Amino acid sequence: MSMTTLPLVFINLGGEMLYILDQRLRAQKTAEDNTQKVMNDIIATMFNKAFMEELLKPQDVYSHRALRTVLTRLAHASIMRLNQASMDRLYELMVMAFKYQLLLCPRPRDLLLISYNHIDAIREFVRNTPSVLNQVDETHRKIIEVYTPLSDGELQLLRQTLLIFLQDMHVRVSFFLKDKVQNPNGRFVLSTTGPVPHGTEVPGLIRVFSRSGREIKRLEFPTEGNYTSSIRVGSFELFGDRVIRFGTNMYSATPPEETHTSKNYSQKTNSEPNPLAKEELNLLARLMGRMEILNQNNDSEIGFRVSLFSTEQEEKDIVASGRSGDPSFEVINIQATQDTQVNKELARIAGEFTKEVEEPEPPDGPSNKGEDLLTMMDELV
Amino acid sequence: MMYHKEKSIQIKSSASALYNNLSVLRIAPRNLTYFSVVHANMVNMVSASWDGLNYSHRQLQSKEPNVTTSSSLIMQAAWCVLPYREILVLTSQKGIQMYESDGSIMVYWHALDTPETPTAQAVFARGIAAVRDKYICVGISSGSVLVFDVPSKGSNITLSEVLEEHKESITDMASECSGSLECIADLVSADDSGNLSVWKSGEDFQLLNKIPGFDMSCSSVKLWKGTVVAGYGTGQIRLYEAITGIIHAEINAHARWIYSLDIAPFSGLVRSAFTCSLPFQIVHMYNECVTDTQICGAKFCDGDGYAFAVTGYDLSEIIRYTQA
Repeated sequence: MSMTTLPLVFINLGGEMLYILDQRLRAQKTAEDNTQKVMNDIIATMFNKAFMEELLKPQDVYSHRALRTVLTRLAHASIMRLNQASMDRLYELMVMAFKYQLLLCPRPRDLLLISYNHIDAIREFVRNTPSVLNQVDETHRKIIEVYTPLSDGELQLLRQTLLIFLQDMHVRVSFFLKDKVQNPNGRFVLSTTGPVPHGTEVPGLIRVFSRSGREIKRLEFPTEGNYTSSIRVGSFELFGDRVIRFGTNMYSATPPEETHTSKNYSQKTNSEPNPLAKEELNLLARLMGRMEILNQNNDSEIGFRVSLFSTEQEEKDIVASGRSGDPSFEVINIQATQDTQVNKELARIAGEFTKEVEEPEPPDGPSNKGEDLLTMMDELV
Repeated sequence: MMYHKEKSIQIKSSASALYNNLSVLRIAPRNLTYFSVVHANMVNMVSASWDGLNYSHRQLQSKEPNVTTSSSLIMQAAWCVLPYREILVLTSQKGIQMYESDGSIMVYWHALDTPETPTAQAVFARGIAAVRDKYICVGISSGSVLVFDVPSKGSNITLSEVLEEHKESITDMASECSGSLECIADLVSADDSGNLSVWKSGEDFQLLNKIPGFDMSCSSVKLWKGTVVAGYGTGQIRLYEAITGIIHAEINAHARWIYSLDIAPFSGLVRSAFTCSLPFQIVHMYNECVTDTQICGAKFCDGDGYAFAVTGYDLSEIIRYTQA
């Protein structure tokens, strides 16, 4: 399958993460300075040149476990802290939003417009920080350079690869349900009305030709949908009107209490051991080694906690009910051969995490964010 | 003509969003129909008795034989019907596997050339067709078409030829399905830029014609009585005379990318869903909308088009319809 999915995965999931965090920070009435610092730090890490270069190398898409680990690290590339329950909910919201965008994307090429919508919004977040803004622009140029030459067929393969990655995820998101874009069973509504994608004709016409190529008959037939002609195509340049709305900030007008998620726990989750674990850990070590360890001088600052839940009581209830962890993120047995080189690298990175200031975590969450990596390493032994 | 929905067949895992993600094999002597649906690195096989009372399931993974490394994502699974045997072919990122029709025994494995370091160009096999008496043809992401010579029994399958005509990844392939021996063209191959190649089979396959695309992927193709029926990413279906490339008709059929189309060989019904008879009579017969589902596989279950089945992304069932 496609070997060039990761940059788009991170831009779109990272973009959704920033939208959600921005909403939560505002909901918690966080000081403007702190909010700006969180956004700057995360965006600077995400759009770091070396980090992006690593993502741009041809490779398979990560497993959910590996992706979540890197996104957690990204989220914590700032003074903000999320406990496991909040990180779980954040991940659910991110992936379900991305799945919605992928599924409803009119043409595979429009996935680029969705990515550029995310980048445009990210640019707005850091518009007052020229150094980070510059990083975002540089990355955007690189993305345009890499993805514009891909054919529609190659972009469809990329989309299909991502749909396989997101297969069987049906987490219900309250504002999707409220807006009736998601059904109670967690599946998205696929509309059969509206404009057709650019390059497609409205269904319902048969044209018959003579051997010389002249049209000799035209027949119309009824269709199930109610489609109209396509609208103008969006801009694939660095700046411009993207036209399609997927990938823009759905949360800016969303009340915080509408970011509830709930899973259908009768659904199967993949509990098979991941035989690619060793390969992924190598990639993770390289990727996280490239993420700048920011805030080295934060010893004197105190990090602050952000919750993805409306009230402390709700969070406590979720955690107490044992629903805080997606079963697929519980400890799984990784059957991989021990690689001392990888272990050393991961130990070094994990060691660097513990130098940063931590807000005391509630007893039911991990007290050290390096614990995820350490847990993974333990399973290898 | 009206169809009504029958009871769906449940499958063990959901269908992946891949082109032509449903294959059907009718086994009349045993009153059984086999279905296969790809889910990531696995194929779900279901054997359904015609009385609707018995179902049995099997799952196949794409794995290099005798190697315990990870399985790879499967692009397509399809039964190839030859005069003396039926072979189930699986194509993946790593290679091509061929099984006896019930999936019980692997009879052949062909590994794709994969570079040491991954390149941006994806590597996979996709597009499967049985041609005449003894050939199984499989497409590759580079645009090549591999021609395998299949004996009437046993595992002595050999790669007899590589057809290098396409420059873009093969999307689908189809052999002449009407059963007519008068048709000169045996095989059509389609690629990601919509180019179609028409072939005559033999010891050396012969290229009869190239039908240029219009920079839009042709994701599903069929060949019936010398007519190519091609479905495109624009939602359009086009009918060409295979040998000459002359376009018979153009249908604005769908508002989205076509993932699959099928022909019922005895009646000329095209699932998508038109009847096509020569010369140049195309009549729209039937519409159906499967709510909130991205369809990825569509197949007639019999030669007359009396029944058809569809699969959808993320759905763990095969939806069936029969004529009312």
